[in-house]
Amino acid sequence: MANATIENVKKSFGDVEVLHGISCDIRDGEFIVILGPSGCGKSTLLRLIAGLEKITSGTIKIEERVVNDLEPADRDIAMVFQNYALYPHMTVFNNMAYGLKIRKMTKEEIRNRVHKAAEILELSELLNRKPRQLSGGQRQRVAMGRCIVREPKLFLFDEPLSNLDAKLRVQMRLEIRRLHQSLNITSIYVTHDQVEAMTLADRLIVMDKGFAGQIGTPLEVYEKPANKFVAGFIGSPAMNFFDAEMAGDGKSIRLSSGEGLQLSGEGVTETAEKTVTVGIRPEHFVICDENKAQIHLRTDLVEKLGADTLVHGYFKDNGDALTLRLNGIQHFDRNNLLPMWVAPENVHVFNQQSGDRLN
Amino acid sequence: MEKQRVVFNNKVLPYMLLAPQVAITLVFFIWPASQSLFLSVLQQDPFGLSSTFVWFDNFSTIFTDEIYRKSLGTTAIFSLLVTLASMSVALLLAVLANRVLFTGRVYKTLIIWPYAVATMVAGVLWYFLFNPTAGIISHLLKSMNYDWNHGLYEGQAFFLVVFASVWRQVSYNFIFFLAGLQSIPPSLIEASAIDGASPFRRFWTIVFPLLSPTSFFLIVVNVVYAFFDTFGVVDAITGGGPNHATDIMVFKVYHDGFKGLDYGGSAAQSVILMGVVILLTIIQFRYIERKVHY
Ligand SMILES: Nc1ncnc2c1ncn2[C@@H]1O[C@H](COP(=O)(O)OP(=O)(O)O)[C@@H](O)[C@H]1O
Ligand SMILES: [Mg+2]
Repeated sequence: MANATIENVKKSFGDVEVLHGISCDIRDGEFIVILGPSGCGKSTLLRLIAGLEKITSGTIKIEERVVNDLEPADRDIAMVFQNYALYPHMTVFNNMAYGLKIRKMTKEEIRNRVHKAAEILELSELLNRKPRQLSGGQRQRVAMGRCIVREPKLFLFDEPLSNLDAKLRVQMRLEIRRLHQSLNITSIYVTHDQVEAMTLADRLIVMDKGFAGQIGTPLEVYEKPANKFVAGFIGSPAMNFFDAEMAGDGKSIRLSSGEGLQLSGEGVTETAEKTVTVGIRPEHFVICDENKAQIHLRTDLVEKLGADTLVHGYFKDNGDALTLRLNGIQHFDRNNLLPMWVAPENVHVFNQQSGDRLN
Repeated sequence: MEKQRVVFNNKVLPYMLLAPQVAITLVFFIWPASQSLFLSVLQQDPFGLSSTFVWFDNFSTIFTDEIYRKSLGTTAIFSLLVTLASMSVALLLAVLANRVLFTGRVYKTLIIWPYAVATMVAGVLWYFLFNPTAGIISHLLKSMNYDWNHGLYEGQAFFLVVFASVWRQVSYNFIFFLAGLQSIPPSLIEASAIDGASPFRRFWTIVFPLLSPTSFFLIVVNVVYAFFDTFGVVDAITGGGPNHATDIMVFKVYHDGFKGLDYGGSAAQSVILMGVVILLTIIQFRYIERKVHY
C-alpha cells in the first residue's frame, strides 16, 4: 500500500513524443483507471510507472521515493499483462511462487501465501496445472494471484479483461472490485472500455493523444467533462454536439433554428454573442408538452433496445442530427415533431476552437 | 481465420503427390542402405572378382581392430564437442543479436554466411589459415612462440577439425535460436523482471526452458551433422591423421572402403554407424522430447 505521484511525465520514442506531460497524485489505496482510445499512450504510461520503459522527463514517485532510475524489481510493484504473461512451462503454483522464491522466502511462507491467494481466487484445485490447461478466465485469475502473493505497494493492470468474452468480463470486473476492497492495494488500471472504467474507478484519468484530458471521479467526468473530447468519449451513445450562438448575458444559447436553451450557473460572458459548441447527452432530453417545449426534434429512425429506445432525428428545421435515449419501449412515427426540454445543468458548452469547457 | 480445406475426390492423386518423395527415399536412402547391409556380410577376394558370404566376420574383425576402437572414442568426443560448442556459441550470439534486433542486420548476415559455405570449402579455408608453413594463423601463433603443426600433433589436429566443424554449424543453430528467442513474448521477460529476477536468472528460468523445443530439435540435427556432414572438414584438413587422431567413423568408412578397398569392412562400419545414429535419435526422442513440451 502506498501513494504515488506522477509529475509532468513525458515520453518520446525516438523523435516522436507520445506522452506530453502527465501529472497525477495517486492516494493510498486508491483505484485509478486510465481510460482512452487505442494508441493514446495508456500502456506507455503504465510501463513507465512499472519501470519497463525509461521516462524522458518528469518524475515518478512511489511512497515519496523517486523511482525514475530504479529497475522494475526494485519498485515493489506487480503487474497484470493484457496477455497474462504466465510462464507456460511452470505450474500454477510455480507461477505464483516464482517472485517469492526470488525474494528468498522460506518454503513454508511461500506455500502459505500461494494457498491463501489461491483460495481467494478459487484456484486451489488448479495449482498443479500448466497454464495451457486453463480457461481464459482461470489464466486471468492466476495472473492476478501472481501479483497478490507478492503483496506489492502498487498494482498495475494493462487491459486485463480485454481477452475475455463479454459475460466473463462483467464477472471478473466485479471480482477485481471486490478484491480491491478487501486488499486495499493502490491500483492503476488501464482500459479502453468506459463501462469498466466507470464501475471500477475511484478516479479516472481520461487520456487523449498523450494528454490527460481530465482527472476526476467517474461522476465528475460524466457530469462536468472538461473538454469536448472527454464529453464525447464518455457515455454511450455519445453526446450530441452542435453549434449555437451564445446570448449577450452568457446565460442562454440560441440554435440556428431560432430556438434556445437555458444554461445553469453564472453565465459564460467571455464568448458572449459568439459561436460555441453545445453538448447534450442523449439521455438528458425530456419529452414534454408543447407549451413547455424549448426545442423540437423531427424524428427519423427509432431503435427499440428493450430497456430503452433510441430516437434519431434532426433539429426542427436545420439539419443537425441528434440522438435521444428514452426509458422503456416507446413508439414514434417518422417525421414527427417532438417537443423537448433540457435541464440547464445538462447543457454543456465548449469553446468552438479549443474544445475546452466554458460553463 | 477459418481453415480452408480443399477436397480432391481422386483416389490416385494422393499417391501421385507422394511418389516423388517416395522415389527419392528409395533411390537415395533405402537402396544404398540395403546395399551396405548386404555388403557388410560379404568378403571380396583381393582382385574384386568374386565375393563370399562370411556371416558376421567383418563385424568381429572390426571390433577387434585397435584403430576402429580408437575411432569410436574419437567420434564420441568429437560429436559431443561439436554439438555442445556449436550450440552454445550459437545461443550466445543469438541472445546478443536478439537484444539489438533493429541495428543488428549486418551482424546477423555475417553470422549466417558460413552456412552458405560447403563443408569441404570450410575445411579448405581453415586448412589454409592454419597451414603450418603458409597459414596466417599458424604464422601468428609461431610469432607468439606457439608451435603449431596439426600435421604432427594429435591434439591440435583434433582441435582444428572440431573448430572448423563448429564454425560452419554455428550459423545454422544461430538462425533457429534467434527465431526461438523472438517467439518468446517480451511480456514474459518483463513479468519476470517485475517479479524481481536478475537478467541472468530470467535467462535460466524463463528463456532457456522456453527454448527447449528448439534446443531439442538442434541437438538431433547437430548430432547427425557431427556424425555425417563433417566428413568434408576432416577430409580437407587432416585426412584422418595424424595417427588416426581425427579418424571419425564416417571418414573411416570412406577411407577403408574407397582408399583401402575393403568393401566388406567398410560396409560393416557404415552399418554400425547407421545403428549408432538411429539409436541416438531414438534415445533423444524418447527421453529428451518428453521433457521439452510444456
Ligand atoms: N516501443 C515503442 N516504440 C515506438 N513507439 C511506441 C512504442 N510503444 C508505443 N509506441 C507508440 O506510442 C503510442 C502509444 O502507445 P500505447 O501506450 O501502447 O497506446 P495504448 O496502450 O493507449 O493503446 C502509439 O502511437 C504507439 O505506436
Ligand atoms: Mg495498450
